[in-house]
Amino acid sequence: MVDVPYDATTEIPPAEVAEVELYHPTSWWTRYVFSQDAKVIAIQYSLTASAIGLVALVLSWLMRLQLGFPGTFSFIDANQYLQFITMHGMIMVIYLLTALFLGGFGNYLIPLMVGARDMVFPYVNMLSYWVYLLAVVVLASTFFVPGGPTGAGWTLYPPQAILSGTPGQDWGIVLMLSSLILFIIGFTMGGLNYVVTVLQARTRGMTLMRLPLTVWGIFTATIMALLAFPALFVASVMMLFDRLLGTSFFMPALVEMGQQMKYGGGSPILFQHLFWFFGHPEVYIVALPAFGIVSDLISTHARKNIFGYRMMVWAIVAIGALSFIVWAHHMYVSGMHPHFGFFFATTTLIIAIPTAIKVYNWVLTLWRGDIHLTVPMLFALGFIITFVNGGLTGLFLGNVVVDVPLSDTMFVVAHFHMVMGVAPIMVVLGAIYHWYPKVTGRMLNDALGKFHFWVTFLGAYLIFFPMHYLGLLGVPRRYHDIGEVAFVPPSAHTLNAFITVVALTVGFAQMVFLFNLVWSLFKGRHSGGNPWRATTLEWQTPETPPGHGNWGKELPVVYRWAYDYSVPGAKEDFIPQNQPPATRALQGAAP
Amino acid sequence: MSAIILFMAVIAVIVGWWLSQQRLTAKPWLEEGPISDFPGTGAMTLPAAKIGLGVFLAVAGSLFALFISAYSMRMNMVDWRAMPVPSLLWFNTGVLVLSSVALQWAHVAARRDDMDGVIIGLLAGGLSAVVFLVGQLLAWQQLRVSGYFVASNPANSFFYLITAAHGLHLMGGLLALGRTTAKVWRGAKMVQVRLSVELCAIYWHFLLLVWLVLLGLLTGWTDDFVDICRQLLK
Repeated sequence: MVDVPYDATTEIPPAEVAEVELYHPTSWWTRYVFSQDAKVIAIQYSLTASAIGLVALVLSWLMRLQLGFPGTFSFIDANQYLQFITMHGMIMVIYLLTALFLGGFGNYLIPLMVGARDMVFPYVNMLSYWVYLLAVVVLASTFFVPGGPTGAGWTLYPPQAILSGTPGQDWGIVLMLSSLILFIIGFTMGGLNYVVTVLQARTRGMTLMRLPLTVWGIFTATIMALLAFPALFVASVMMLFDRLLGTSFFMPALVEMGQQMKYGGGSPILFQHLFWFFGHPEVYIVALPAFGIVSDLISTHARKNIFGYRMMVWAIVAIGALSFIVWAHHMYVSGMHPHFGFFFATTTLIIAIPTAIKVYNWVLTLWRGDIHLTVPMLFALGFIITFVNGGLTGLFLGNVVVDVPLSDTMFVVAHFHMVMGVAPIMVVLGAIYHWYPKVTGRMLNDALGKFHFWVTFLGAYLIFFPMHYLGLLGVPRRYHDIGEVAFVPPSAHTLNAFITVVALTVGFAQMVFLFNLVWSLFKGRHSGGNPWRATTLEWQTPETPPGHGNWGKELPVVYRWAYDYSVPGAKEDFIPQNQPPATRALQGAAP
Repeated sequence: MSAIILFMAVIAVIVGWWLSQQRLTAKPWLEEGPISDFPGTGAMTLPAAKIGLGVFLAVAGSLFALFISAYSMRMNMVDWRAMPVPSLLWFNTGVLVLSSVALQWAHVAARRDDMDGVIIGLLAGGLSAVVFLVGQLLAWQQLRVSGYFVASNPANSFFYLITAAHGLHLMGGLLALGRTTAKVWRGAKMVQVRLSVELCAIYWHFLLLVWLVLLGLLTGWTDDFVDICRQLLK
């Protein structure tokens, strides 16, 4: 990160990229399989992430069946239930959301939105995908090894994660940790690309303050991920040492089945610190791209410039920085010093300020906008509501005294599903409806899309709203069967059965979405290059879907920010970023 | 976790300083026009590989800062028993310094268009890095012979883990160095290798710096320093 002094001769990169610099595929294999084109890699990332995400979705159905109708399904025993929750959580957080937002949307949108021909290190970018795929294969293979996948919970807390009482102690945990290590290596390769492309390959005129917020979100999240994932890497390597070499990084002296174990002197809390030093930024690694994308969706579909662009950028940066000093709010019940609890509760509440600024700005963007209730817009609105909801329960849980009784109850499950499950998925779905025309040249079916939205949105509320109530009753999370206990009234069981029915219905709606994706690919209405009449560069490509190298002979030149919608006096209600100013006289407005 | 927090603070200062040069207070909705109206806000003009290396060093730095954090957290527990550090490490350290110096030599030679100097620098640098790695393995061997196994004590576990992590990073560097040397060997022109040589030198200096910090930590030299810091914080 070195500043470059201004020099008129070096400041403007050449508009034409010499032919030799751009990698050219020569065969079907290098074009579609071992491709170095960021757009192909993006689709590979997205399909792989969605495939493994579907596995996690099915796991959630199995869990819900067990919770809703305990004892009915004899094929789900307690061990399997633990394995299901572990794999569901790990897949959804890391292998689906992180990979989809950064590897999928990042790869597709960054080069197009900043006006580059491709990522700066295409070969490393390709390698990133294949290492990610390997990580996913290793993860999925744990379903077929003796003992099955690990059932340690997605947080993999030692010492239980590697003790014999936990399912998957033989192979599951070893493969899980190896898969995480692979994922981080693969991600680092991709992440270097995303960051350096934004820094170095922006086209002429694309200043940082003219970047669409989508790029800001993905850019900041990638920097955070590059710095935070090493913590998970270190934790995984150390736990792998404990499991395979018998070291005692995290393992205290233990007696198991009457036998003194060979471990001694390790610190389980150390793992929790390392894990959450990654784990909390991870929440924002998923949320910041969602924030960015939703800003663009709202602005485009409300035909209005984003309210408070500067504040939005500053808030993204502030959230990114703050998210590194809140990690121990996941550890209030770990027995740490109360002063730490006070410190981390304070930082946690402070982070609500930039987040609230963003929410206000989205709402104020909508205010008196020309709101088109398209499917992407519906999902964006669904996101705002869900995110506010999940964020408010976050304020509850951020306070130590409120958190302690609610810890490890369904309240926590409801909170994080709202705020980092449903909310980012809303954005993912909205973004797919929004950018599918650019990727395929065809529109997704609108009626099916609206059906998909309403079932998903209302369903998510019917699932997770009652769950808060279960948590307040004290229903614990991660229990295979709560059985007959005095503090859980019979109505809680009825509620659980209701949640299960809704969850299966929402799951069905996702199948409709998958059908829509495939059906529209062949039968969808042709979209043209810019169906949403949007301003950002990816909609201004000469071809749709964008060809190899993205742009024609010359790179686009950017003259304005990304949000010139409904400009007074303009001919159309949007002005693309690469459209030159009508006359120089207009420049007089600049300060 | 103070080491990693400190590291993050340094990163935050660098990022903050860089952001402060980027006109983040601009009002882009008022600023229509070509970039020449807004000097210094375009894309970085440094080569992508150099920026990429810079970002990678931040990632690797974060990794080592986390190892150090974990090590110092464990060290502060009451039952900590330090491990004797084999004196071979001092020799290895000297070799690694030589390796770094040799690559700096190559870098300077590359600037002066002195191809022979580049070849000598690269070979000397690579060779001494290999000697360093062999020396590290010998140090492990010595420890094993005297009964300090990886799992027998937390201090041992950390020693093996941290030296292994550092060694692996150096081996990754050797791959890049090998490719550069091969390019020179095949008669590449100076313009084609100048950047690679420079990047190798930067990476080597980084690994030397990391090693010196780790050595200070493993030998306990930094303990006094940490104590002073702790006193100051109180």
